[in-house]
Amino acid sequence: MIAYLGQRLVWAIAVLVGISLAVFLVVHLSGDPTALYMGPEGTKEDYEILRAALGFDRPLPEQYGHFLVRALQGDFGRSLRHRQPTLPLVLQRFPATATLAVSALALAILLALPLGVLAAVRRGSILDSGAMALALAGQCMPTFWLGILLILAFAVNLRWVPVYGGEGVLTLILPAVTLGVWAMARTARITRSSMLEVLNQDFLRTARAKGIGEWSVILRHALRNGAIPIVTALGLELGNLLGGAVITEAVFAYPGVGRLAVEAVVNKDVPLIQAVVFTVAAVLLLLNVFIDLVYTVLDPRVRLGHRHAA
Amino acid sequence: MRLDASALPVRLAGPSLPTPRRAWRRARILVGSGGARIGAVILLVVAACATAPAWVAPADPNEQNLLGRFTRPASRTADGTLAVLGTDQLGRDILSRVVHGAKTSVLIGLSAVLVAGAMGTGLGLVAGMRGGLWDHAIMRLADMQFAFPFILLAITVIGVLGANVRNIILVVGLSNWCAYARVVRAETLAIREKSFVDAARALGVPLASIVWRHVLPNVSASLIVVATFGVAGAILTEAGLSFLGLGVPLSIPSWGGMLAEGRQFVDTRYWLALFPGAALFVTVMGINLLGDALRDALDPYLQTRHTRTSMDRL
Repeated sequence: MIAYLGQRLVWAIAVLVGISLAVFLVVHLSGDPTALYMGPEGTKEDYEILRAALGFDRPLPEQYGHFLVRALQGDFGRSLRHRQPTLPLVLQRFPATATLAVSALALAILLALPLGVLAAVRRGSILDSGAMALALAGQCMPTFWLGILLILAFAVNLRWVPVYGGEGVLTLILPAVTLGVWAMARTARITRSSMLEVLNQDFLRTARAKGIGEWSVILRHALRNGAIPIVTALGLELGNLLGGAVITEAVFAYPGVGRLAVEAVVNKDVPLIQAVVFTVAAVLLLLNVFIDLVYTVLDPRVRLGHRHAA
Repeated sequence: MRLDASALPVRLAGPSLPTPRRAWRRARILVGSGGARIGAVILLVVAACATAPAWVAPADPNEQNLLGRFTRPASRTADGTLAVLGTDQLGRDILSRVVHGAKTSVLIGLSAVLVAGAMGTGLGLVAGMRGGLWDHAIMRLADMQFAFPFILLAITVIGVLGANVRNIILVVGLSNWCAYARVVRAETLAIREKSFVDAARALGVPLASIVWRHVLPNVSASLIVVATFGVAGAILTEAGLSFLGLGVPLSIPSWGGMLAEGRQFVDTRYWLALFPGAALFVTVMGINLLGDALRDALDPYLQTRHTRTSMDRL
């Protein structure tokens, strides 16, 4: 188990270095990145001075070495627009996005998971077809459109929540539903198919034959064994949720990391973009290591050192 | 001495090609599915709009008419023309813009899938046929990309390189190759061990020819299924980028761009955002319905492993 987790941790660090390389190279895609840092009124001499000061006149591998060392210390330079260190700017926005993503994930687990189980148990019923039709619609729904429709229905027409701004849980509901719909649809479908896979198996017949109650059979025996694909899917969903937050936050003018990223891109604020991408990657990888830990609890084969086929 | 395959009393290419009976069975599954029929009808309409928007649309999508701004759907503008879906903040006809937006979505969606499919198929074939270090490196790269919210890198690249149609196709394409690589690799690994590949190899058929004649035809069914869903994903990503203001320039009508403009007026003029979003939703739904049906009809793995209704599969 320790070996397994160690292996996953090494993998996570390798990915982080890979991401850092991508983040570094992206800025060099346009040729000379000095232009991105330069105001429109700079002279040729200013340009050369800035280029040397930023180190863009050095060979690329050397630049990357510097970048990586500083990145691992959380130093991405100062934001061009906010004129302050970038990492605090990102971390300051993180709780809002985390709250949003966790709420969306909670919706997926609390609503979609039971729905998926029910759909599998009552396979072929109206509930099953209804749930799966909803799930299909959810997967086809562009998040930004759904967000606008929700604003239209609940903020403009019904006036249950404020259109923009406001305080407390009320402001979280619509963005969380918007962000969570895709995860809900996917979770419901995966839960259902994973449960169907398990429900026909012999050990369930044995459990029933022993006289265990039907719901106990389903929850304690079937769900536990069907849980691994569901956990895998939820783990991948985390990445989707953080990515989806970019758009959801834009729809609701929600002050999170996603909006910070879009603002940084629109303003061509290179250090801030790099800080956002790198931080999000680091957080995601940490979460993935945590999910690997969950696997070891769910599946003894992983604990014994067999490689998990995700 | 090299043997001529055609001189042998066996047909080596046999397993690669669908027999007429199999093709017929697949066609029947496809036509028999209600979802496929609905999907096909939706996509025919979208395709018509995308190929000849000027014929379908009642007006020029960029023609402004400031006197006729914010005309409600199904009412007439000041100069008496009927605006079926209303007009926007510059008096442009929304129906015409939605029709022309289909062209943007379809063009970018298909091109991005071509980029992703070509790259993913190539890398998947290398990983599957070469194996070893190649396989390891390519698949780890795919894992890496899969674990990361690519939209963050995508907006960064667009921000640095500028938002235009070519860059968007490249970014959306490059962000989606892993799905193709995984499928192609998995199937290549299985096909590589088949006896007809051994036979071809024993006859001295060059590797490139084995890949072209025997491996590719056998992965094509799965590729078509993945690519179909890929178009839906690419269209959604393009619309998302345009919604963020990092997609196609505003001078080109696009559903994402229309939604971004419409969002500003959502509290009073709902129709600006309602219709482009609906077009997007219905198009993606059509593609997914067709994709589900195609998977049922084409995917031999899913067919033999379980016999379930289409909804059971992911």
